[in-house]
Amino acid sequence: MKQKIIILIVLLGLTSLIYITKNGVFNTKNSDYSDLKLPDIVDYNFHIKPIISDNCYTCHGPDANKRKAGLQLDIKEGLFGELPENPGKFSVVPNNVSKSSFYKHIMSGDPDEVMPPVDSKLSLNSYEKKLIKKWIQQGAPFAKHWAFISPEKAVLPENINKDWEQNEIDAFVLKKIEDNDLSPSAKAKREILIRRISLDLTGLPPKPEHIKKLTDDLSNEGLSKIIDEFFALPSYGERMAQSWLDIARFADSHGYQDDSYRTMWPWRDWVIHAFNKNLPYDEFLTYQLAGDLLPNATKEQILATGFNRNHPITQEGGSIQEEYRSYYVADRTNTLGKGILGLTLECAKCHDHKYDPLSQKNYYEFYSFFNQVDEKGIQMDAVQARNRKYFADSPFIKLTDKLIEEELPFVNKKLGDTINVMIMNDSAPKSTYVLNRGNYDDPSTEVKPNTPTVIYPFSEGLPKNRLGLANWVTDEKNPLTARVFVNRIWGLIFGDGLVVTAEDFGAQGSLPTHPALLDWLARDFMEHDWDVQHLLKKIMLSATYQQSSEMTPELKKADPENKLLARASRFRMSGEMIRDYVLTTSGLLNTEIGGPSVKPYQPPGLWEEVSAGVNRGVLSKYVQDEGDKLYRRSLYTLWKRTLPPPSMTIFDAPNRDFCEVRRQKTNTPLQALALQNDVQMLEAARVLAQQMVAKNQNDVEMLSDVFQRILVRQPDENELKVLQQYFTDARDTFRDNKENAEKLLTQGNFEKADTDPIKTAALMLTAQVIYNLDETITKE
Amino acid sequence: MEEKKDNSENPLKINRRHFFSQMSAGIGSLALGSLLIPDLLKGGQQSLGSQPLGIPHFAPKAKRVIYLFQAGAPSQLDSFDYKPELIKRMGEDLPDSIRNGQRLTSMTSGQTKFPLMPSAAKFKQHGQSGAWISDFFPHMGKIADELCIINSMNTDAINHDPAITFFQTGTQQSGRPSMGSWLSYGLGNENQNLPSFVVLTSRGKGSSQGLYSKLWSSGFLDSKHQGVLMRSGDDPVLYLNDPDGISRSDKRHLLDHVSSLNKIHHVETGDDEIESRIAQYEMAYRMQMSVPDVMDIKKEPESIIKLYGEDVQVPGTFAANALRARRLAESGVRFIQLYHQGWDQHKNLPTDMAGQAKDVDQASAALILDLKQRGMLDDTLVIWGGEFGRTSFCQGKFDEKTFGRDHHPRAFSIWMAGGGIKPGITYGETDEFGYNVVKNPVHMHDFHATLMHTMGIDHEQLTYKYQGRRFRLTDIAGNVINDILN
Repeated sequence: MKQKIIILIVLLGLTSLIYITKNGVFNTKNSDYSDLKLPDIVDYNFHIKPIISDNCYTCHGPDANKRKAGLQLDIKEGLFGELPENPGKFSVVPNNVSKSSFYKHIMSGDPDEVMPPVDSKLSLNSYEKKLIKKWIQQGAPFAKHWAFISPEKAVLPENINKDWEQNEIDAFVLKKIEDNDLSPSAKAKREILIRRISLDLTGLPPKPEHIKKLTDDLSNEGLSKIIDEFFALPSYGERMAQSWLDIARFADSHGYQDDSYRTMWPWRDWVIHAFNKNLPYDEFLTYQLAGDLLPNATKEQILATGFNRNHPITQEGGSIQEEYRSYYVADRTNTLGKGILGLTLECAKCHDHKYDPLSQKNYYEFYSFFNQVDEKGIQMDAVQARNRKYFADSPFIKLTDKLIEEELPFVNKKLGDTINVMIMNDSAPKSTYVLNRGNYDDPSTEVKPNTPTVIYPFSEGLPKNRLGLANWVTDEKNPLTARVFVNRIWGLIFGDGLVVTAEDFGAQGSLPTHPALLDWLARDFMEHDWDVQHLLKKIMLSATYQQSSEMTPELKKADPENKLLARASRFRMSGEMIRDYVLTTSGLLNTEIGGPSVKPYQPPGLWEEVSAGVNRGVLSKYVQDEGDKLYRRSLYTLWKRTLPPPSMTIFDAPNRDFCEVRRQKTNTPLQALALQNDVQMLEAARVLAQQMVAKNQNDVEMLSDVFQRILVRQPDENELKVLQQYFTDARDTFRDNKENAEKLLTQGNFEKADTDPIKTAALMLTAQVIYNLDETITKE
Repeated sequence: MEEKKDNSENPLKINRRHFFSQMSAGIGSLALGSLLIPDLLKGGQQSLGSQPLGIPHFAPKAKRVIYLFQAGAPSQLDSFDYKPELIKRMGEDLPDSIRNGQRLTSMTSGQTKFPLMPSAAKFKQHGQSGAWISDFFPHMGKIADELCIINSMNTDAINHDPAITFFQTGTQQSGRPSMGSWLSYGLGNENQNLPSFVVLTSRGKGSSQGLYSKLWSSGFLDSKHQGVLMRSGDDPVLYLNDPDGISRSDKRHLLDHVSSLNKIHHVETGDDEIESRIAQYEMAYRMQMSVPDVMDIKKEPESIIKLYGEDVQVPGTFAANALRARRLAESGVRFIQLYHQGWDQHKNLPTDMAGQAKDVDQASAALILDLKQRGMLDDTLVIWGGEFGRTSFCQGKFDEKTFGRDHHPRAFSIWMAGGGIKPGITYGETDEFGYNVVKNPVHMHDFHATLMHTMGIDHEQLTYKYQGRRFRLTDIAGNVINDILN
């Protein structure tokens, strides 16, 4: 009996296995790799290193403490040298597969011999094995990690469909498209293109005058003028600043336990100002990293250093300040890595980096630059802080009326107030030690400020402080800074960067889809003195950018993720952009720039539920603002770290506890609920309906008008039919129940107009239909 | 720390190649479950995407977790870790040999004396198991035989924020996914009309510390695995309720037209994301029904109301949340996280802790009994406890009536019940001062590994590749505590 059952189970198992194999559950493993074509020339950086890094570096990589058998495969000497524990044998012997013990181990069928070892749960697939074989056969060429080689402009590729190209970007993009036997998409429709440019440059939909101006002039000359006009709008600076706030982990609260109020908003005003005056990116970084150390530093340059004080600061009673101070310094180090250099430096805090050639010593050398600040940590809890109006930890700059008037006119401060903003200084010099396992109370060897030679050596002539560091970061020979920035801007516009892992250009990060293009853009950016607007314009005047985002069945099949850029990307806007879009199209937007953060609508009780008690400091109870403060752009919404604005986090905004470089773009039911029932959405629909009803147009004109206001285009015949039918139905329903119409029109604080409630409510719901369309919240 | 390399203990920890070799040898009776997760063994963003993996590594004992988190850290010495020696030595200084260099918070590091203080409540033994439970918790005493009390928990953090973050996410610093998110990612959702990870909060009168949305964050996992805060009151999920003046049929009508227009645009753009948007709107529409229904306790019979105590009728209390937790569990929610704030007794411990205990004692016990009578205790894991322990020496004035206790990471108590955990046992021991663990320590990582084990997950295998590294809840440590498993 027992035997029979076993046989039955075995049979069942085998049958299922056949089923699974046939139906492709194992797709990602061996079975399907047999069809994959090997590249003609195997490239070390692009084909081989990702395999070795992912599968071997944990035991044979940069981390000296975890290294097995003395074998280090991330450096040339290790990969090709004699095996430390096996004299006379070599890991990789160029042109000789059978003598390469590396190859022998990955091919071994013996569980004791095979690499990676069985218990690592890692394994190479057949394609990866063949790649390695071919690479060895081709002489096993080795190269430095691609991102550490200084970017150069390559010769532009020659393409068949050359006429399509509008600038250098297109030459690189078209090459890849043609290599894959595809063609680029047609130019986007006029309305879509102007909406796209407007969203990219201002974060807002275009105004009617911009739409008119574009008429039929889709030439680059026409577009160039429009782009210049957008650059001149203050909303340009706001949009660009928004994209910097996640990286700078900017917030209006200290984070941690008490999470009470801080006054960093003047720093945010500076960021807007910096973008609006098109401060070159190298200076933008230098001010923030070391503005205070510049010769004859201006107050503006000092204010900019608030960047490195944006991290959370604890106010929890009983905290050991030195422990937390070590967190703050580490946070600055990690932010430099992730946000500016595209390196996961933080992985080297507790031990040598497992994948990149960064030692723990390197980490603390970076750390030492940021370790000289005369910071005490907040010495009072939230209640005391509130009572004493202590909203900034020292060191800080005092912003008085006089200072604002004379030197910082871009800070939108109320007359009479004095605001303290946290800044950096180096007035508490300290020795820095490698901290064992990253623990503040376990120092080992002393280190001095320095940067890893493997990236680019720190010049002898530079001061060993943050200013020297800023110089090193923005040196044109630094292989990372410009690449990381142009990649992030590319991601802002196309949805994904050319390197998808915009925060990680290291060995485990993704490889650039268009390496030569990335390098060309980075070099061009530096040749043009780190001019951000030059970069944006270059991208926007490319045929690549101006393509339609339509997904033809052919493209969907050949390139579902749009890696080849044979069409423009189509993706959901951020929470901030959606809210701003709705405020603008309904006419509610208050265009005031800068100033203290505001508290727009938020479901009641949220802060109170999580705070330690409603009397625990300034931010324990949400007191909503009134009047036009409700309708400021979203980058002015007060950011409380322990409970950030839900209308942003529902759309994937991070909580800003630490530097984040990119956001997910999820699609969830909670988003659907927010778009339907957030009072801001409902109010916008009501206010828009009021205005339109007051115009006294016929139904078709009115509906087309609402549609045009929201989507920046006219509805087509089918769309209009749906809208008409819905509007008529809704009007009939409200005609039978006027009370409901009146109830619906109470949404939001904005003044109610004296229009027919039945018609207005029906149009309000119609506007809601349009606000809830995928197209409305999508950049096409 | 070395990563554990022992595969022998569980046959399914083997990798795929190994599996095939055994398969051909005829040992094919292993559950194919693990194989249906194509790249679990390899991990990785590109292969797994962020789809729920749907299938456990081995047969799970528990299908869901209800975590009754006591935020602020209840004192183990006044609840479950009975130390008669403290009565004898009351007022004596804690010997240096026992403190042994343990760091102190800056609240007591200035104290020159560390006088020992016994429990503020009397202890009794309960049930057949004879578990020691203090008189602060009479109802828990009655269900002692259902509980597995662990007196040897220990953590690395000494302040609330990092400690509670450690408990929820496996690390002291913000940024990693919460336990509930890991389980949602690993096991998927059982109910298409409700989120798989739900959070309920309440607060007692005792001194409390804040909570933070990062505690239920999905970190780098897809945000659909994020905990959804369900609030007491009329709008349990943010933006759930339609505005006044819109009926259910009006909403249906509106959504139908949104759909029609979306479909027209889908044809024009060819973007399937639009289809998925339509589906999310439909799910939202269903949630508008399912959430109020599951949160509504009005239909509960009188006997249940009585069981949980009269507080259950007051929205926002721990008791009300405990009953809702049961309703959520019945509806297939995978991870139900309760937080009850107010356990931070730096002073006035005798009075404040009594009040806190009263808030939660009856309802916590009721939840166990209720699950049991429904046959759900076997596959529901219930956990009760805070983020660390409290010192056996007195903080502040040495006064039996008003004394307090400071934070203590080295030893504390929690209990677990149901879901594959051995009932009626007390596990782990501390020294006579209740200061250091002397037997069977359970570190936070071990706790996480054990919790995942009961859910059918090998904690070393549920990984997610982010920033080039494969992350897991237990980081690079954690051992399943087999002694407490059924």
